[in-house]
Amino acid sequence: MADVTLTVDGKKITAPAGTLLIDACRKAGIEIPAFCYYPGLSLQAACRMCVVRIEKIPKLQTACTTPVAEGMIVATDTDEIKQSRKAMLQLVLANHPLDCPVCDAGGECELQDMTFKYGAADSNFVDVKNHREEQQWSPVVYFDRPRCILCYRCVRVCGEGMDVWALGVQNRGVSSVIAPNGGDHLDCEECGMCIDICPVGALTSGTYRYKTRPWEMTHVGTICTHCGDGCKTTLGMRSSGDGMEIIRGDNRDKSGINGDFLCVKGRYAFDFANHKDRLTQPLLRNAEGKLTPTSWEDALAFAAQRLRKIRDTRGGEQIGIIGSNRTTNEESYLLQKFARSVLGTNNIDHHRTADYVSFAKALAGQEQRAASLRETETAPAILLIGNDPTEQHPMLAWNLRANVRHNRARIYIVNHQEIKLRRQATSFLKISADTYSTCTRFLAGEENSAFGAEATALREALSKEPNLLIVFGAELHGSAIESLVRYGLSLPDTKFACLGDYVNSRGAADMGMYPDMLPGYVPVQQPGAFATEYGERFPAAPGLDLPSMLDAAARGNLAALYVVGSNPVHRYGVAAASLKNTFLIVQDMFLTETALLADVVLPIANLYEKAGTVTNTYGDLQFVKKAADRSGVRTDLELIVRLADKMGADVHSLVPFGQGTRADMGQSRGAQSGEADRHAVWLAAQNLEPKLSPFDPSALLDEIQRLVPGYHFSRLELFSGNDQHVQATAHNTGLVQIVNPAERRDGVLPSEDTLFTSGTLGHYSGKLTEIHDSRNKEILVAAD
Amino acid sequence: MTTEAPMEAQTIFSPELAARFDKLVTLYPVRRSALIPMLLYAQDEQGYVTDAAIREIAQRIGITPLDVRNVLSYYSLLRTKPVGKYHVQVCTNISCMLRGGQKLFEHCKQRLGVGHKETTPDGIFSLEEVECIGACSWAPAVQVNYDFHDNLTADAMDAVLDQYRKQAEK
Ligand code: SF4
Ligand code: SF4
Ligand code: SF4
Ligand code: FES
Ligand code: FES
Repeated sequence: MADVTLTVDGKKITAPAGTLLIDACRKAGIEIPAFCYYPGLSLQAACRMCVVRIEKIPKLQTACTTPVAEGMIVATDTDEIKQSRKAMLQLVLANHPLDCPVCDAGGECELQDMTFKYGAADSNFVDVKNHREEQQWSPVVYFDRPRCILCYRCVRVCGEGMDVWALGVQNRGVSSVIAPNGGDHLDCEECGMCIDICPVGALTSGTYRYKTRPWEMTHVGTICTHCGDGCKTTLGMRSSGDGMEIIRGDNRDKSGINGDFLCVKGRYAFDFANHKDRLTQPLLRNAEGKLTPTSWEDALAFAAQRLRKIRDTRGGEQIGIIGSNRTTNEESYLLQKFARSVLGTNNIDHHRTADYVSFAKALAGQEQRAASLRETETAPAILLIGNDPTEQHPMLAWNLRANVRHNRARIYIVNHQEIKLRRQATSFLKISADTYSTCTRFLAGEENSAFGAEATALREALSKEPNLLIVFGAELHGSAIESLVRYGLSLPDTKFACLGDYVNSRGAADMGMYPDMLPGYVPVQQPGAFATEYGERFPAAPGLDLPSMLDAAARGNLAALYVVGSNPVHRYGVAAASLKNTFLIVQDMFLTETALLADVVLPIANLYEKAGTVTNTYGDLQFVKKAADRSGVRTDLELIVRLADKMGADVHSLVPFGQGTRADMGQSRGAQSGEADRHAVWLAAQNLEPKLSPFDPSALLDEIQRLVPGYHFSRLELFSGNDQHVQATAHNTGLVQIVNPAERRDGVLPSEDTLFTSGTLGHYSGKLTEIHDSRNKEILVAAD
Repeated sequence: MTTEAPMEAQTIFSPELAARFDKLVTLYPVRRSALIPMLLYAQDEQGYVTDAAIREIAQRIGITPLDVRNVLSYYSLLRTKPVGKYHVQVCTNISCMLRGGQKLFEHCKQRLGVGHKETTPDGIFSLEEVECIGACSWAPAVQVNYDFHDNLTADAMDAVLDQYRKQAEK
């Protein structure tokens, strides 16, 4: 829209027509206080804090509801305005307990800040305050009614933002009160958005309340370890007896790809780190067959010696490796490089939750066709096939709702279930669960038989969409993805997004955690530069995929299995006996079903306790900063390097440290970076950034940047905490494909996680379990 | 919020009222505009707005029961607790107060033996102190259910109450 020019406090500013005065001012660096106004939510105009004087209008006006106009002359900071704001604050404080010393929001309360600024601590009211006891509404939401200033932010974010509508306003005037939908409790998605958005301490969080003061925590922005959306979260840490403990997860920083949003998992499910069953000592199976604690040296030496012996006597193909959906790109890259160049095997795989290989293949040679998560908030039309984002990709669901609300985006849904997002959809086509690929072929015009009038109407509507964004779930794999992409490419300017389940599922795929694919979806048989990079042990033929490795083990044909951050025994229902002839090394935080069968167990750090990068399912590359710390555990990266070293491998060729001109001297180490940071400052001043440690992820990032096709990004943006879109492109040499794609099995096994589960990690999150159980209890009661 | 509103096969209201509701929700550009009249009619039929009524009305309109409560709790004329057969509403707002409304209210308390928002043990009367009921010209005024009684004195009030008691005993 055309720009208009106005004058605010004597300063000329311009803003697009239609902009609200409050936004225009804020953008120009002029602060306007506001309790009820919240960007992205409907206007409330309830608090009167944002009043300004506009020339030629007799009364003070609310900046939060006034659009800018050409020639408008505005004053925002006169004595009259200050007095008015002060009076509003006195009214708010008339029934507000002055319990800041014990209030959870103390130190980050907007009412406190405003009172401090406008000096409204004195009051003309003598009436007795209306006290109510605090209430617990759910495992995570608590309400302290007297502190509520009735800004209605919580009501709006829950309704408009979350489409849950669990909070309401009852009674009126001074006796108005925020009320939960269950009478005395909440039936909701437990996202905690209402708590975070509350400007005061009226809504507080079950995990954080009364634990600490905000200024006592160290805050580190990193990436949520749960779903494939990869939200940025600010973790609040405090030192504890054995490291740095996470006290709170929120996103007050709002600088991330997720803006305001975090779901229940991002906000509360970090407590697995403190679970009592967490392993903090390596374990070795002793002569009696029992796992007993041992030293790192002994555990690593033993594991390395066995691996080396198996490799040298029986060959690398007798060793299998199962990687993780939650390790960093650097770790995933290193693990497959270790497999291929040190162990000499292509038997490497992971729990695949989406068919990224087919997706990459279908997009081979195409540029700018994979959509960033950000585009789901702006695309004018979206076709969503399969998946239930409300449960499995909460951030995506939030974006789609916002897109409909703000831009009237058209959302076309094809699903076998009546997913909640259909409430925002322009059209909803229900199909049966086994017809996804037929339906896709029908849309693509590759299916001769008819698929019903609704599908025809959908195809018709989509043909008129010039900028379609196609988002699809794991229901689509193999040739269905290829049909879909062919179809999309036949429409103008279509983009795609493929939904996988975990924080670095996409990264694991991009980094070549496949028996037949190298990093960047380069086929093993056409390794190009990798052939020389990975040395003479690198086998020419593709290896075994995950199910085949498990089968081989059961047949006594796999001498060793190295499992990093994965629980295949549980996930694939493996019988304990089938692994009895396989030397099993497991790296995990807990004694999972898989770890219980291991010969060596190495306790590891989780994503919140290390640095590196992750790639979300859309291909947005983000920086993971070390936040928490726990004594007794090591990162996967360190363990792989030490294992390689103990096997006699040349660590320098595995991790290119100590060369080049850049290194991480603390940027990635978060809360503990003090000492290293000071060195980093000095080194940077001298134009020196040597990579000094073999455990430095940025040395591996260098190699990823150098070797993985499509991983082009700026270090500056990365270390600034900004997301960057990358697209690891499938190898497109024009050579004849050696593998017949029809023979390749995609092996996708969706995790079927819900809002309240998160694979094995979910079992160890006390809060998630508590929420999950309390909901099930309700369902049982309701069924009675 | 959903717009779907599956019609109740089972209703807790009389067939007449249910039919009236069926029509009411179609009269406005948006269904929820019918909410306040529905609540009032439900209260007239059942004495107060019951939880079951809230559920059914929510379902008829296609909103959540919480939405219904948000509106319901705003209006003091809508209630969620039963009252007596005759609900005596004594105005003590400014005109009535000047003409003895406060005294009249005290008198009713004495006479009925109940206080503000209380019901007599036999369930015949309930008492409430209310704001202006728009009968200022004939203050002090009292409203019993939907009937007005004005220009009242203590004696006149007694006569009114007696008359209702007689009616109740019939
Ligand atoms: S936790 Fe989320 S879903 Fe629940 S009431 Fe708050 S905003 Fe609504
Ligand atoms: S609980 Fe918090 S967010 Fe909700 S209305 Fe009250 S002050 Fe505002
Ligand atoms: S949407 Fe996904 S990435 Fe974001 S907070 Fe939730 S689980 Fe974490
Ligand atoms: S911010 Fe404008 S009235 Fe509350
Ligand atoms: S003041 Fe009593 S009727 Fe108006």
